[in-house]
Amino acid sequence: MTDNKEQIKELEEVVIRFSGDSGDGMQLTGALFSDTSALLGNDLTTFPDYPAEIRAPQGTVGGVSGFQVHFGQSEINTPGDYADVLVAMNPAALVANVKWIKRGSTIIIDIDSFTEKNFEKAGCVKDPLKQLGFRDFNIIKAPISTLTRESLKGLNLDPKSILRSKNMFALGMVYWLFHRPLEFTQKFIENKFKKIPVIVEANKIVLKAGYYYAETIEALHPSYRVAPAQIKKGTYRNINGNIATAWGLIAAAEKANLNLFIGSYPITPATEILQELSKRKDLGVKSFQAEDEIAGICTAIGASFAGQLAVTTTSGPGLSLKTEAIGLAVITELPLVIVNVQRGGPSTGLPTKTEQSDLMQALFGRHGESPLVVIAASSPSNCFKYAFEAARIALEHMTPVILLTDGFLANGSEPWRIPDMEALPKITTTIVKEGTEDFQPYRRLNEDMLRGWAIPGTKGLEHRLGGLEKMAVTGAVSYVPENHQVMTYEREKKINQVVNSIPDITVLGEQEGELLLIGWGGTYGHLYTAYRELTKAGHKLGFAHFNYIKPLPANTHEVLKKYKKLLVCELNLGQFANYLRLNFQDLEFSQYNKIQGLPFTIIELKEQILKILEEK
Amino acid sequence: MSEQINLSPKDFKSDQEVRWCAGCGDHAVLNAVHKSMSELGIPKEKFVVISGIGCSSRFPYYMNTYAMHSIHGRAAAISSGVKVANPELNVWMITGDGDCMAIGGNHFIHVVRRNININILLFNNQIYGLTKGQYSPTSLEGQVTKTSPFGSIEPPFHPGELVIGAQGKFFARSIDNNVKLCTKIFTEAAQFKGTSVVEILQNCVIYNDKAHGYLTDKAHKEDRQLIIEHGKPMIYGKENNKGIVLDGLSLKTVTIGENGITEKDILVHNAYNKNPILHLMIANMSQPDFPVALGIIRAVETDTYEEKLVQQIEQIKEKSTIKSMKDLLHSGNIWHV
Repeated sequence: MTDNKEQIKELEEVVIRFSGDSGDGMQLTGALFSDTSALLGNDLTTFPDYPAEIRAPQGTVGGVSGFQVHFGQSEINTPGDYADVLVAMNPAALVANVKWIKRGSTIIIDIDSFTEKNFEKAGCVKDPLKQLGFRDFNIIKAPISTLTRESLKGLNLDPKSILRSKNMFALGMVYWLFHRPLEFTQKFIENKFKKIPVIVEANKIVLKAGYYYAETIEALHPSYRVAPAQIKKGTYRNINGNIATAWGLIAAAEKANLNLFIGSYPITPATEILQELSKRKDLGVKSFQAEDEIAGICTAIGASFAGQLAVTTTSGPGLSLKTEAIGLAVITELPLVIVNVQRGGPSTGLPTKTEQSDLMQALFGRHGESPLVVIAASSPSNCFKYAFEAARIALEHMTPVILLTDGFLANGSEPWRIPDMEALPKITTTIVKEGTEDFQPYRRLNEDMLRGWAIPGTKGLEHRLGGLEKMAVTGAVSYVPENHQVMTYEREKKINQVVNSIPDITVLGEQEGELLLIGWGGTYGHLYTAYRELTKAGHKLGFAHFNYIKPLPANTHEVLKKYKKLLVCELNLGQFANYLRLNFQDLEFSQYNKIQGLPFTIIELKEQILKILEEK
Repeated sequence: MSEQINLSPKDFKSDQEVRWCAGCGDHAVLNAVHKSMSELGIPKEKFVVISGIGCSSRFPYYMNTYAMHSIHGRAAAISSGVKVANPELNVWMITGDGDCMAIGGNHFIHVVRRNININILLFNNQIYGLTKGQYSPTSLEGQVTKTSPFGSIEPPFHPGELVIGAQGKFFARSIDNNVKLCTKIFTEAAQFKGTSVVEILQNCVIYNDKAHGYLTDKAHKEDRQLIIEHGKPMIYGKENNKGIVLDGLSLKTVTIGENGITEKDILVHNAYNKNPILHLMIANMSQPDFPVALGIIRAVETDTYEEKLVQQIEQIKEKSTIKSMKDLLHSGNIWHV
């Protein structure tokens, strides 16, 4: 390690993008770097970017898999717009990522892979380094493949296994560049491959080889240091949105003293929630991989009828398929959590990309007057909180709740201060006790229009539910016209009453005045960063981000009307803006929309906000 | 069960007026279900009846048990959820030929494949009744209905074949006008551990009257129905002298006393045979060459889905060091600041 202080540059924050062929292990490489940085006390956010195909043709741009990590010594809320360091394991990775790197950034390439054949695969006529005019970059042409092979000469390993560890060489180089210790990664390798000692050894050797190579060539002038962030005391772990969602649901079941049941069908990018809950048999979770999306929700409705915290998880196309069954949950007034991890649509659309375009479907996408609660998570880690909230509201208000996350939250990860289970609110259900006199399935228990949850197996509470309209109180089938109106109002009022159990919307920055920046769901990190940077630069604006969509927080109108301009930014064509227009017809909303399957960039947001601020 | 359960069919009747057409076969089946449930010795609150959509799916409203009238085709999935959530419950699913094998075909084959312990009563009237007379997946080729005015060109599903094709463990057939047989089969189906499918040949007086008339014709009934029982030879007929024998790889009807055939030659029904080949042939016996088999055709017990799930949960719970959400939160890679 160098002691020459002049050669070390202190940085506030850094964005690194690891990219290579989808078989090159870039996701793992990125995750290991992130873990090490988190353990050193940096704040960070990560985001993987991988192709929909499991193994797209090797060496092609379509087959490039990327992992971006943004870490720093202050608060980090997004994976970063553009990279300071790009690791490109082949020409395709370079071509695919060229528009995501900053001018002046460092590019580490495996020069061994820059061959005529690979240029062709990447769709280039000649060397992309020349073709794309990379003159303003610090390009490190490292013979990664050769040196990996060289360093493993002494081991009895097949060529395929040898080349598979070249990602460790790149990682070693990046560790040197940022003065990171190797020990966390070494421990990880020891654990992960403990059954194959030769692989442990190989990976450790290559990791070190990369580290020393970087040191030796000192091509990286200067190297960088990113000091730890000021982070609230506590115990931390890294978590992504899908795992956080799964865990929030388990936590809610524990707090409600109920069993958790998940009925789901695999669909990108929601599958991981089903997978995680399938693992959690140790906590008694019953997971049911259904034959289709419809069976997923229907088994969950059955489990809810039988008295469990029931959940179904899906993404756009699956939500469409579940629509009819959601209506059944609405009319039977059973608690149910529907998690929709939004992706690009319509139809199969962009399965691995992020979007916020299912909002209208969640709110209104059912036949009949079919109200339910819609909430949205806004960071990978707060998927835990909002999954918990979705379950709490479903159980306490006897209603289906749709929780919206998205591909960005689902796969993005960040350090998370582990919550204290004791501090989470207790969840109270309306379970009817045995021996209750004169039980009526649709008798309203209170102002919140709740009905009692009478669970099969409880003596004396036998009753019938169903999709046909029910007589108020008794629940007998009823075609009485006035009764239908009464029941329709009761169902609507029940959802509106949820407003009393959710927090007010809070505004960051200016509490009134020229401009309120408005967002909802997964765009929080980007909007917040744009807001913070503009505020730092002396601009005056407020920022309100919504997690509770239906019902909206009680003070929403009161807050919005204090501003001259309202700018709603979202990753669709303006669904939340339109929803707000519907609710607040006296207010005018501007909107900024992006629909590319990608998150916002801070730069574009700032540009838009400034434009609105300057408009007279 | 320590407590003596004394229930009568009346205890299972709800206070709702039964609204099926006069003469509909469903009335008789409802009575048979009430009777069967009262005889099972199971507390009333343990029964859950789930239906889809269709005439027969109104069933839950006429039951004084826990019940849900759900949505078209999905009763199998909802029943699965109820049973997996609480294996202590006795779950009955009510469905029709359209509900079960058209819109609900996917759920049906998968519940059977998984072998979840629910009792499926499949009312087969070979027509869509509630929508007033369109052909169903079991309507016969050539059948004239409102949507097949020139005769259906679709070959029908045979429920038994579908059940066995989906690795079904229990298949029985009954007919709506034989309440005694229905009751007996329902009871055995309920006691059977695993998915049991009972096809009930049911008459729709309005849109497909006498669909099963060939079988119910009083003059020929004995020659056209074969009521089979495990361990007994498959003998039938007005004179009780007809029987089924195995002829090579096919079944054949014979007459006892003719061509040297004695009772000993007649095939003895083995419902417990794991191999489904004979069960399939028995289930598929049809007019005019064969009598139609009624009774329990196949009943092969094995572990159920929910048993295996509960067992797996218990095993993992014992092995895992994660006993609570708190343990999970603090597992794996964590660090302190």
